[in-house]
Amino acid sequence: MEEKIISKEELPELLANITRRYQVFAPVNKGDSFAFEEINPEDKISFTCANTKKSVKELFFPQRERLFAFNLHKKDESKVSALSDRKRVIIGVRPCDAKGISIFDDVFNGKDFQDPYYLQKREDTVVIAIGCNAPERTCFCTSTGGSPFSTNGSDVLLVDLGDSFLAQPVTEKGEAFLEQESVTRKADQSQIQLKEKVIEKALSSVKSQIKPEKIKEKLDKNFDDPLWTKVHEKCLGCGVCTFFCPTCHCFDIFDETGGQTGERIRIWDSCMFPLFTLHASGVNPRPTGKERLRQRVMHKFKYFVDNNGKVACSGCGRCIKYCPVNLDIREVLEQIQDQPLER
Amino acid sequence: MENLSKAIKEAARKLFAEGKVDLIIGFEEGSLPLRATPCFARNAQEAEKLIWNSGCNNNLAVYVPQKKGRIGIVAKGCDSRSLVGHLKEKQIERENLVIIGVPCQGMVDRKLLEKKLGNKELLSIEERPEEIVLKGDGFEETVKKIELLPDNCKTCKHKTPVIYDILIGEKVEEEKEADEFEKIKEFEAKTSDERWDYFSDEIKKCIRCYACRNACPLCYCKECCVDSSQPQWFGKSIELSDSQVFHLMRAFHTTGRCVDCGACVRACPMEVDLRFLNKKIEKEVRGLFSFEAGINPDEPPPLATFKPDDPEEFIK
Repeated sequence: MEEKIISKEELPELLANITRRYQVFAPVNKGDSFAFEEINPEDKISFTCANTKKSVKELFFPQRERLFAFNLHKKDESKVSALSDRKRVIIGVRPCDAKGISIFDDVFNGKDFQDPYYLQKREDTVVIAIGCNAPERTCFCTSTGGSPFSTNGSDVLLVDLGDSFLAQPVTEKGEAFLEQESVTRKADQSQIQLKEKVIEKALSSVKSQIKPEKIKEKLDKNFDDPLWTKVHEKCLGCGVCTFFCPTCHCFDIFDETGGQTGERIRIWDSCMFPLFTLHASGVNPRPTGKERLRQRVMHKFKYFVDNNGKVACSGCGRCIKYCPVNLDIREVLEQIQDQPLER
Repeated sequence: MENLSKAIKEAARKLFAEGKVDLIIGFEEGSLPLRATPCFARNAQEAEKLIWNSGCNNNLAVYVPQKKGRIGIVAKGCDSRSLVGHLKEKQIERENLVIIGVPCQGMVDRKLLEKKLGNKELLSIEERPEEIVLKGDGFEETVKKIELLPDNCKTCKHKTPVIYDILIGEKVEEEKEADEFEKIKEFEAKTSDERWDYFSDEIKKCIRCYACRNACPLCYCKECCVDSSQPQWFGKSIELSDSQVFHLMRAFHTTGRCVDCGACVRACPMEVDLRFLNKKIEKEVRGLFSFEAGINPDEPPPLATFKPDDPEEFIK
């Protein structure tokens, strides 16, 4: 697929064009952090932030989602609520968040189950990622099978070349999207070479030395290891790491009722909460923080690998940045990696 | 700070050598600049990791109720006041607690730090007596520490721990001028609509991660009522009214107990102003009962006691 060039001067015009046809989301400066918000044709956007505070996942998997409404008196009116019919473009998604979307694809568009609420949003969205020229010190994407310029989960990948963006179509959807934009030109050889340089520099700045395959080997055997008692000790058991995670996808479903009517709601859940595995009998198979933290690590670095062949972590570093007690997942993983392997 | 770290290590070494504690809860170097992280040392060797700096912002008293045995704890002013609360509420026996008090000059708020830095990334820091040098790729900036302190530190009147067994360093001069209720008075001066709007706008940001509750030393209930599913007292989603009820419940449950340590505010990733709720109630309690929480372990909490000669009619 052909790589295109978008000059930065032409970007406002391009965005204005896109906003006329699509619902466009981009990182918006909220003062001290950025958030994905819908933008208008006159809005200026910049990709100066390393990443948005909350990940892009809520645009595909909202924290609170109404599945349907019901009415006890009118049986026939219980129905699936209409999904959005507007096509969307999300521009400025970092490759770690885009990888998160690919993890969501495995979960919500898997072999056995397809989730219509997710699928509609996914199919109706063009994901335009932007590679990271300057990864942060909390970034560890290269340790989770990604890279600052990974195309995984995106339809188009932008590479910032200074005066312009090189746009690399990743999917047919992405290619078709670029085709219709008149301000894009074919990239020349020197621009493609510059892209390679930018990528090389960024790659060398991600320092983490975690090897997911080594972690998996250890996790296959260390379920009862005393290590878990130690690493969870400072964990407060809040939901910050899971709610900010671009790959965490566990949810709870319940009914909100009032009188004769009600709605079925899906909300984010967190394996760090005690209620997550509490049985109706009162028994909780994950009674303490130890079992819960172990589950979080196991799900990301073992069970998901067993089931889908990839690590369910994109190395975005949000859990490191926002953890109230600085429980750094990289340190936990390093400790696991350094464990002597018992046979 | 170096000296304080040394003195803490030395005190810890001695406590282990004398067999006085099974565990010391303190801080060790975190993985990010100005982010110390809780440390659980079970022997003298592990205690060598203990440190002290302006990033020791967690309230370590939160870990105490779940621990067994004899606990040593590194406590700044607010941590010590939370421990007074635990003693009062029988969460721990005084003889099982060794408090290593550290007079505190305020702990840097990482959100204020982020605001100061804008989009720049902090790579290292250098602490000076009243300044902090922030260093990153291509910048070096010296800021006054007070600019990085949250409101509760700026107006703190109990910087030196209120109870301790060992005091590290010298007592510090307490703040006398600053009005701790200044923002509450501004809030009270608003109309009821404006107050409601402020409350709603703040709580709208809440993502129900419960970092505030879990960071709070007072929230040691075995089952929080918000987690109860039979009956389910609270809606669990981010619907505004559900979040509002949750935060009101928590504020009321900490009435007469909250010591304004700021742990909830620091833990909140969404920068919800949780302090104004607790501080408003603290002001009410101060006015009604002339009571300040977390000072005297023998003084009963105002809402858990009564006096036969209470001037209010209803109590008779």
